[in-house]
Amino acid sequence: MASQTLQSVPAEPSPARHETRHEMSPEDAARRDAEGQAYFDKVMAEDSRIEPRDWMPAAYRKTLLRQISQHAHSEIIGMQPEANWISRAPSLKRKAILMAKVQDEAGHGLYLYSAAETLGQPRDQMMQDLMDGKAKYSSIFNYPARTWADMGAIGWMVDGAAIANQVPLCRASFGPYGRAMVRVCKEESFHQRQGFEILLELSNGTPEQKQMAQDAVNRWYAPALMMFGPPDDDSPNSKQSMAWNIKRFSNDELRNRFVGMMMEQVKVLGLTLPDKDIRFNEETKKWEHGPLDWDEFHEVLAGRGPCNAQRLERRREAHENGAWVREAAAAYAAKQAKKQAKEVA
Amino acid sequence: MSTPEATTEANAHDGGHGDISVGVAGAGAGGDGMASATRITPGNALRPEDIALAVSRGTAKPSEDAAEFALRLGDDALVLAQRLGHWISRAPELEEDIALGNIALDQLGHARSFLSYAGGLDGKSEDDLAYFRREHEFRSVEIFEIPNGDFAVTIARQFVVSYYQFELYRRLVDSTDATLAGIAAKAVKEVDYHRDHSAQWVLRLALGTDESRRRMIHGFKVIWPYVDELFRDDELTHRLSESGAAVEPSSLRADFDRLTGAVLAEAELEVPQVQPAPGGGRRGLHSEHLGYLLSEMQVLAREFPGASW
Repeated sequence: MASQTLQSVPAEPSPARHETRHEMSPEDAARRDAEGQAYFDKVMAEDSRIEPRDWMPAAYRKTLLRQISQHAHSEIIGMQPEANWISRAPSLKRKAILMAKVQDEAGHGLYLYSAAETLGQPRDQMMQDLMDGKAKYSSIFNYPARTWADMGAIGWMVDGAAIANQVPLCRASFGPYGRAMVRVCKEESFHQRQGFEILLELSNGTPEQKQMAQDAVNRWYAPALMMFGPPDDDSPNSKQSMAWNIKRFSNDELRNRFVGMMMEQVKVLGLTLPDKDIRFNEETKKWEHGPLDWDEFHEVLAGRGPCNAQRLERRREAHENGAWVREAAAAYAAKQAKKQAKEVA
Repeated sequence: MSTPEATTEANAHDGGHGDISVGVAGAGAGGDGMASATRITPGNALRPEDIALAVSRGTAKPSEDAAEFALRLGDDALVLAQRLGHWISRAPELEEDIALGNIALDQLGHARSFLSYAGGLDGKSEDDLAYFRREHEFRSVEIFEIPNGDFAVTIARQFVVSYYQFELYRRLVDSTDATLAGIAAKAVKEVDYHRDHSAQWVLRLALGTDESRRRMIHGFKVIWPYVDELFRDDELTHRLSESGAAVEPSSLRADFDRLTGAVLAEAELEVPQVQPAPGGGRRGLHSEHLGYLLSEMQVLAREFPGASW
């Protein structure tokens, strides 16, 4: 189903393309908005795609910009807990895999910032908002990666939850976001498998290794479930996002689906999930889980998690320490451009 | 296992490498969009696993000298990978997180290949050698051990070592030792890119702003005392060059000086006038920095000796 929708294109070109705003009279602008809205509504009804130069409602643009930039920030901040174990990875093969994984996350950040830039905000500004604490990122990365087994649990559970969330986003109505997500999901899927493999190896290892794996699963379980966002009756933005074909399934639907997936896989791992209330409801045909501590979720979201301060400080530090390098690159590029212009003249 | 890559000669023998499916039906999050991500496509390149396999089957076995030589190059690359890996999530730009991460991964790949081969002498794995040798048993030279410093120090170190490694690997491609030649053939292409990366940054930093120029000059001053050690011959390299398995490090110096000199000239920089350090890493006499690097790298593996990861 997903692949069919991905291929669909609007029947006619958008009326907003190739028009320039400054030449327009108020009447023309109003007519353009009306035409734009009609086209937008048609695209939504056909479940096809809006592209960056198409007309779009201001609130749609704002929602997407917020969501895509938050997603990009999550990738960038999400590099930190895993980078924490690169130097100590217990085998060279694991070190290589982990390095490649963290590098992939930087790549995801790049595609996503680029997708967000098509909505009109430069990457520098988004970075600044992140460092100023104005922009959010996924709360999960405010938890510490305490042991090597956390590399497994993060891959299996956190990336697993991310995939459950993101696969439907491959069909998001905004073209650049959907296309970025196709690539991101392929890599995330690989990340999840390597996380699973780390846990499997630990689970089949010494009793201490198995305990390390179980402990990591215990710690990451609830935060991973909360990655899907608040329960549906407490998620004010979800409805509009679904109407705009950005979001396809509700937070609880995705969370329940994820729990079912974990339940199958944890058996293969020979580990358990720290939730005695997980069950498959025969009536609703849905998986259910025990209560989650939403107070903790809101605490971490408000900046009072274990690593909030550390993560932002590390980002700021890297950014500030790199300022002179970025200035040098810009100055050099300007000098080269000037030199080339002179040579041409 | 239906991709063409998965059936090439290089990896057909280790069955299953190309697929690390978690072994649970529907274990992904569902959806066909991710199907292709379950396969690794390594292409035809010689991988560390291929070398380990060849060594374990006895189709490749290093001489004592070749093993010692592989240990040297493997340790250089491993220590550098460990240093560069620290930049991931700390680089001046996202693009550099990726670039330095890539270079670190390349170096780690070279290290794994060289160490796998070196271990073939007495049945040791790459991990036995990386995690369970003591400091004096390492054979890296000092320039690889120098702390990252600021970005300019890291770039100065990268510039020197990538030009050195390129000249070395370019010649090792013709080694009479087929495994060393094979590793070098893969590595030389990657190190060529590392040269390009560092040379471009030397130009940007040296000709960018006053501050970046000052820092670039300082970076070279920090690094240059350790350049000479890279090109020092000893009895081992003498024997290996006699047999055609390797070359004397001193024979790389003229090309190194010429090629780095051209970039430095374009960057309007001079070769720093500094006294060379005596070094000693090839004999196990290391900088004070190496112990910290090794203790961090080895801590977890040593907490669980004999464990599998």
